[in-house]
Amino acid sequence: MNKDFQSRRDFVKAGSLLAGGLLAVPLTSKADGFFNSSVADEIKIALVGCGGRGSGAAVQALSTKQNVKLVAVADAFADRMEGGLKNITEALTASGSADKIAVGDNKFVGFDAYTKAIPLADVVILATPPGFRPIHFEEAVRQGKHIFMEKPVATDPAGVQKVLAAAVEAKKKKLNVVVGLQRHYQNSYRALLKNKAMIGDIVSGNVYWNNDGVWVNPRKDGQTEMEYQMRNWYYFNWLCGDHINEQHIHNIDVFNWFKGSYPVRAKGTGGREVRKGKDYGEIFDHHHVEFEYADGTILNSECRHMKGTWAKVDETILGTKGKILCGDAKIVDYKGKPLFQFNKKTENNPYQAEHDELFAAVAKGEYKFADAENGAKSTMTAILGRLATYSGQVMEWDTALMSGLSLQPAEYSWDAKMPLNPDSNGLYPVAVPGVTRFFV
Amino acid sequence: MTFRNTLGTLTFSILTSLGLVSVAQAQAQEGKPYEQDFAGIPVKISMVPIPAGEFLMGSPVAEAGRQADEGPQVKVKVEPFWMSATEITHDQFFPFRFDEKDVKPKPDAISRPTAQYIDLTWGMGKEGGFPANSMQPYTAIMYCKWLWKKTGIFYRLPTEAEWEYACRAGSKTAYPTGVQAATLAQFAWYGSNSKDAYHKVGQKKPNAYGLYDMLGNVSEWTMDMYDAKYFEKLAARPESGFIIERTAPRAYHTARGGSFKSKAAELRSADRLAQVEDWNQRDPQVPRSKWWLTDGDFVGFRIVRPVKQPSPEEAEAFFKKMLGQ
Repeated sequence: MNKDFQSRRDFVKAGSLLAGGLLAVPLTSKADGFFNSSVADEIKIALVGCGGRGSGAAVQALSTKQNVKLVAVADAFADRMEGGLKNITEALTASGSADKIAVGDNKFVGFDAYTKAIPLADVVILATPPGFRPIHFEEAVRQGKHIFMEKPVATDPAGVQKVLAAAVEAKKKKLNVVVGLQRHYQNSYRALLKNKAMIGDIVSGNVYWNNDGVWVNPRKDGQTEMEYQMRNWYYFNWLCGDHINEQHIHNIDVFNWFKGSYPVRAKGTGGREVRKGKDYGEIFDHHHVEFEYADGTILNSECRHMKGTWAKVDETILGTKGKILCGDAKIVDYKGKPLFQFNKKTENNPYQAEHDELFAAVAKGEYKFADAENGAKSTMTAILGRLATYSGQVMEWDTALMSGLSLQPAEYSWDAKMPLNPDSNGLYPVAVPGVTRFFV
Repeated sequence: MTFRNTLGTLTFSILTSLGLVSVAQAQAQEGKPYEQDFAGIPVKISMVPIPAGEFLMGSPVAEAGRQADEGPQVKVKVEPFWMSATEITHDQFFPFRFDEKDVKPKPDAISRPTAQYIDLTWGMGKEGGFPANSMQPYTAIMYCKWLWKKTGIFYRLPTEAEWEYACRAGSKTAYPTGVQAATLAQFAWYGSNSKDAYHKVGQKKPNAYGLYDMLGNVSEWTMDMYDAKYFEKLAARPESGFIIERTAPRAYHTARGGSFKSKAAELRSADRLAQVEDWNQRDPQVPRSKWWLTDGDFVGFRIVRPVKQPSPEEAEAFFKKMLGQ
């Protein structure tokens, strides 16, 4: 390594100091070429949350053109941490770049593992269950790190507020933040957005995430309630936020993105029809929500986890002159005449693109990505939908966001007293529309 | 078209004692077409007999569109087998994919595919005869294992040699007997006529063996791992049971026959398609799904039943090895 080059980490640190107004004299401009060298420069990353998606994100980060090194891993569970590291190692060995793993002893386990991993990195990947995202994001911003974080970014209004506040800080510090709403980094969606004027004014939309559902991890002897819920995080709202938040956020977010705004209220219906047993925690298996925007625009959102039913994961955006069919990557008028067709042969891998673009910006010392605010507001949209379907009431955005409603346990420990516990039959209390109330 | 009767009486009596040999299957032993049915499931799989024989595998250097991995040609002996007349359809696949659609007797200890993250038919069609697609070779082989546990009959994917032999149906030219570049559209859904989607199986003309959609529609998995030096290795062991085995955890299979996305040259009998990482590039997880391909919507499979059936122990060992278990 050529020591004449300032290390990336020092540069990033200096950059954030600069942004914070702590340095009076600007650093050498990148136009001098000093920081452009990728030969000796090294961008250190830490992975917080080593499940399948976190490991995938780490591999994508390590597959960018920059000189990226994985220097630390953190997970609440030792087996997940080790398993994730093994999977990353296998993937990189296959691509001949196992030398990018430089974790050494920086393997951290437990609820506070993130506090030990974050300081070691220039860029932090946050990929735990979403309930933890607000505190992890807050800490990464506090420490002046660039961030890739998975969607959704919270599970409750209090968490959304925390992310929004940290997003402001991240902007001040000029920290690049990319959120894993990868359609924003997908060629077809970008092309559709560019051509959205073809449909006139957006007046409504239909978005779907209807499919089979996800994994279950049966309860094991000796697990505390905290451990059981974390191993089955998908089925508990403090961790996941229900499937409307965890998966359907993608489709809801696309509409917000194209519309350029967020809804003011939501009403909807939902419940547990086929997925009722004790293995399924508290979440619903279907939601249908009507979101209303300030100008009267309506978004119909539908998500379902039911095997054997009509499956669709897609978005349609309706305008005064035509509609955008996202899945088909085309725009048509109301007579069915095609106005625009994206060439699918030029589609990219958006999961890779989000890292390619983030790391290119970090390497160049550019401040390009501020996804956190949108990530938080699209998360809030999904949460608003859940509050509407759980209660059966009309939910106002402002009321919900400002409510401070938190689903988090009072403390994060294996013996923590949990807000939600199973009854003697092993069943968890489930929201009942018309009975369940929020903010009253 | 007759078979050498190579199915041992021992295997036959095992099947009989298990109550697993139907009249149709007994007929099949005489080298006749039959329909594999399942207790309580309203789907069947039409099986077509392919006689034993010998053929020149690969393509001659002069063949238009030829790739370097198609030769040098080797004379290969093929044992008799049955091959499914069509690519396996979603209807035929669902009883395995969805536990609740698998009516008793339900095989024990068979793991079923995980839920698809999104619908990997991409709107091209499911029920009603569309080919099952987007699956990893692992999934296709697991389906064979399920079939074996379900019916007592050993099914597997064709070897590359068996696939090409069945496809050629006696021809030595680029396309199967009776098929020419000019008439390809009568036999296949491919780039020129597919409108970028697969179609219901069996709508085009069959080849001389009665096999539909061998060319185009969906590419078909073989048992073999892709090896550019396949023919060198084959020359040393030119019998049909030859399979290029897994040498690394991430080795890739060979697919055959081209698909609805292919150009005419990729529909040649000798054309070989190597699975690549990109077929799953949009799977955001690591490790990537062993069941599904996020970007391999054009791959499916068909099954074969070798006349010479393995013993239950051999079958068990075969699946264990092929599934990397």
